[in-house]
Amino acid sequence: MDWLLIIVLLPLFAAAAVGFVPGSQRRAIRGITIGASGLSLLCALIAFCSFEVGGGLQFETKWIWVESLGLHFHLAADGINIGIILMGAIVAFSAACCADDITHRVKEFHVLLNLMIGGILGAFASMDLFFFYFFHELALVPTFIMIGVWGRGANRNYATYKITLYLSFGALLALVGLIGVYVQAGAKSFSIPELIATVQATPIDEAAQQWIFPLLMFGFGILVSLWPFHTWAPLGYGAAPTATAMLHAGVLKKFGLYGLIRVAIPMAPAGAQSWLGVLAWLALANLLYCGLVAVRQKDLNQLIGNSSVAHMGFIFLGIASLNVIGLTGAVLVMIAHGLLAALAFGLSGHLYRQTGSLEMGRMGGLLRQMPLAGSALLMALLAGCGLPGFANFAGEVTVFFAAWAAGLKTVTVIAAWSALVIGGLYMMRAIRAILHGPLGGDWAKAADLRPLIATALGLLLAALLVFGFAPGLLAKRIEGDVEKIVRLAKPSQPQATEATGR
Amino acid sequence: MGDQLHFVQLEMMVAALGLCVLLGDLFLPMTARRALGWIAAGALGLVFLLSFRESYTGLANGEAFGGIFRLDELALFFKRFFLLAGIFVLVFAVDFAERLRGGVSEYLAFILFALSGMMFAASANDFSLLFVSIELITVTFYILVSFQRHRMQSLEAGVKYLILGAVSSAFLVYGIALVFGEAGSLKFDDLRDAHAELLESNVFLFGMLFVFAGLAFKISAFPFQVWAPDVYQGAPTPTTTFLAVGSKAAGFVLLIRLFGSVVPELTAQWTGLLIAVAALTILYGNLCALPQRNLKRLLAYSGIANAGYLLMGIVAQSGEGTAAILYYLAGYLFTLVAAFMIIHLVTREGEGEDIARIAGLSQRSPCLAFALVLCAVSLAGIPPLAGFFGKFLLVKSVAAEAFGNAGYFALLAVAVFGVVVSIYYYFGIIRAMYWPGETPDESPVAVAWPTRVALGLCVAAILYLGLLPDKPMNWANTAANIEKRSSAEAADPRR
Repeated sequence: MDWLLIIVLLPLFAAAAVGFVPGSQRRAIRGITIGASGLSLLCALIAFCSFEVGGGLQFETKWIWVESLGLHFHLAADGINIGIILMGAIVAFSAACCADDITHRVKEFHVLLNLMIGGILGAFASMDLFFFYFFHELALVPTFIMIGVWGRGANRNYATYKITLYLSFGALLALVGLIGVYVQAGAKSFSIPELIATVQATPIDEAAQQWIFPLLMFGFGILVSLWPFHTWAPLGYGAAPTATAMLHAGVLKKFGLYGLIRVAIPMAPAGAQSWLGVLAWLALANLLYCGLVAVRQKDLNQLIGNSSVAHMGFIFLGIASLNVIGLTGAVLVMIAHGLLAALAFGLSGHLYRQTGSLEMGRMGGLLRQMPLAGSALLMALLAGCGLPGFANFAGEVTVFFAAWAAGLKTVTVIAAWSALVIGGLYMMRAIRAILHGPLGGDWAKAADLRPLIATALGLLLAALLVFGFAPGLLAKRIEGDVEKIVRLAKPSQPQATEATGR
Repeated sequence: MGDQLHFVQLEMMVAALGLCVLLGDLFLPMTARRALGWIAAGALGLVFLLSFRESYTGLANGEAFGGIFRLDELALFFKRFFLLAGIFVLVFAVDFAERLRGGVSEYLAFILFALSGMMFAASANDFSLLFVSIELITVTFYILVSFQRHRMQSLEAGVKYLILGAVSSAFLVYGIALVFGEAGSLKFDDLRDAHAELLESNVFLFGMLFVFAGLAFKISAFPFQVWAPDVYQGAPTPTTTFLAVGSKAAGFVLLIRLFGSVVPELTAQWTGLLIAVAALTILYGNLCALPQRNLKRLLAYSGIANAGYLLMGIVAQSGEGTAAILYYLAGYLFTLVAAFMIIHLVTREGEGEDIARIAGLSQRSPCLAFALVLCAVSLAGIPPLAGFFGKFLLVKSVAAEAFGNAGYFALLAVAVFGVVVSIYYYFGIIRAMYWPGETPDESPVAVAWPTRVALGLCVAAILYLGLLPDKPMNWANTAANIEKRSSAEAADPRR
């Protein structure tokens, strides 16, 4: 079965279908959107379960698109993206459920939301460089419009422009890098597997790799809020509507990381060798600097935004260590953080609806006032500081092992310290300020989660716990394909680092 | 002679059509003048279809009038391009007629004459035909620009265009004289054989530099762009459209033919100059567009920036570069026609095209607003629309040559920077329409059905060129003389 094709097309068809429904039919619009993303999720779950470990590319769809350029519409999954697609589908479904806080221009919002979901899932399922980029942009443009039109707060316009310009710049840098890969590899094809095969036989000229890799690293890095290009993220998420923040922070942002693993490292391994050291230090800056910034925040959304930027540091660190467990850990954190960010932004969106403010100084005692939302938030914040049992812990600890094994010892020590101490500090303070203590002034009338949203957020929480207790479900799928990439990048020293890592 | 006339049949038909429109004006009552425009547009459509006839396309790669007039795939592509542009502009002009206040049929006729000039330019294989066709275009545009005699702005624009156009013609003709003095011939074919030896001659180089300056004026490349904003803003909107699309494309077909195939070694020698011109044009257009509030002026500056992007295809000096220019121009045609039409429709009542006048368009006419969003997004070069694929091809063509030349990297960096800047001001258009705010007028915008059809076609074409580029890519490759992928692969292994 072409599960991936169905997963990607369902939301796109839903976008078209919503376009034909009159704007007054709010229930129909919501129904179509939730139904489509729910079906997508079901298909993603089936695909994930029927995925054959070590079976190469699966669920392939390949159509010729532009023959003269070697462009194909090519969807396929291997161990690396199958988990991300499942995570994307879960987040998409929850985001669709949480989108009922939109009250004006509901139809337009849902068209854009469906487009964004389709773009996100397509970007991660694409095995053709062109569509990989194409789908990402398809998801990115609605993001900008959604923040601009449906966003909140006084900073909305500034945030819209900032996020638009930053992300467009990052995407364009990456595009030039991708075109560089295409041109320099000389494969006359945009297909990622074909490009990898070509590069394996005759690597790209080393001098060319030295400019292709930084283009991709910084281009993708800006998309993932790599320090010092991260300032768009907390601002943008603070201004974004709930569903948009969930989807972007949860899934779309991971595109850059996925691109580093899928394209940058295999295509320009020599460039990677000389630049990944820089990446490791920048990752540390993410962890430390953004962690410290998060400590100072008084607004819950800003806190989640900054901590989400800080968490990107783990993933960068995993990628920078360039060994099998490092990349496996990076993908694990990507998935875990996606679920977690969506959960946190979904909850903060619910809180924002109650009083129109997320200032932590005026909250308090919400665990008693809204037991469901409160305990979910408690778990999200604990997962955020890396409590064992949640998927985040599994990923982060793997990344630490990997970075130590790769010889990044100073970085590892500082990173572990910052993650545990700084992360613990701001998360615990948030728990105390929001959930415990006497009830905050405006919150007496606040209502708890309604069943639909509770289901959606419960699903995210369940996924976090399942992958937390059984990370092997993901790891055994990821490992095999990550190993191929590591072998491409470091043909000279097979598995040496891996052995010490374990 | 009789055989040779077959080569120019399309041009003759268009010119004759222009005369018929003038004659028809004498015999038709005032009220039927609008119909005249639609008939002319329909007749152009017929000419467009005739350009696909076997007996005409069979003439391809032939020359007429002693090699002055060349009919090849490139010329065919551009002739069809100009015909399409002409059809849209005619439909547009009919819609615009009431704002012209009289002289509608003359206006239509001049559009047709300018069109025939562009079609001649597509086939120019000799400096004399190049100059004559450029003059035919420029002189008719002097009139088309200042056609709204009751508006000071239109007259001002006309005078500016006249003075600066005359200067550029002087450049052009002086350059041609210098080249003739050295090469001893006006024919491109002779120049192609002789130019390698002339590269040492300063007189020849100066001549070619002046020719380039004359053509750079047409495409509004830096530093010959100063006329564009005022003229675009002041001219009647259909003229602006034709100027932005047709006149620019005419400049490019001549640049492609002259610098791409006639004097390639000179182009290679001037790579640095071309990179500088392209980069400065991109920067100037995009940076100056930032503070603009007038929509036509905004599109004028964006037009300058786009001329810079198109020059990247010339800089690449490859068949791929040429194909990218063709693809980009095709997307640009539909995008600009749609954008200018919508601007005209919305600002029909009252004076000026301030960006505030499209405020709340999403509530008044959602379809028009959506179409304008597509135009802005396509111009900004965001997938999945025509503009993205065009820019992608242009960047790719430059990147393919980039290795080993730092200047190409600088150009790519400038192009990326320009795109980011442009997203800011194109986004401003979307913002004006969709963001909640003051809405000056609540009533929906009335659109006549021919305009509606034209707009629908433009939107369909923007989507088609963006989503299904396989076929149009092949047309562009044929026109740019690129063989199919399979044979190219065999000929060009890894560098």
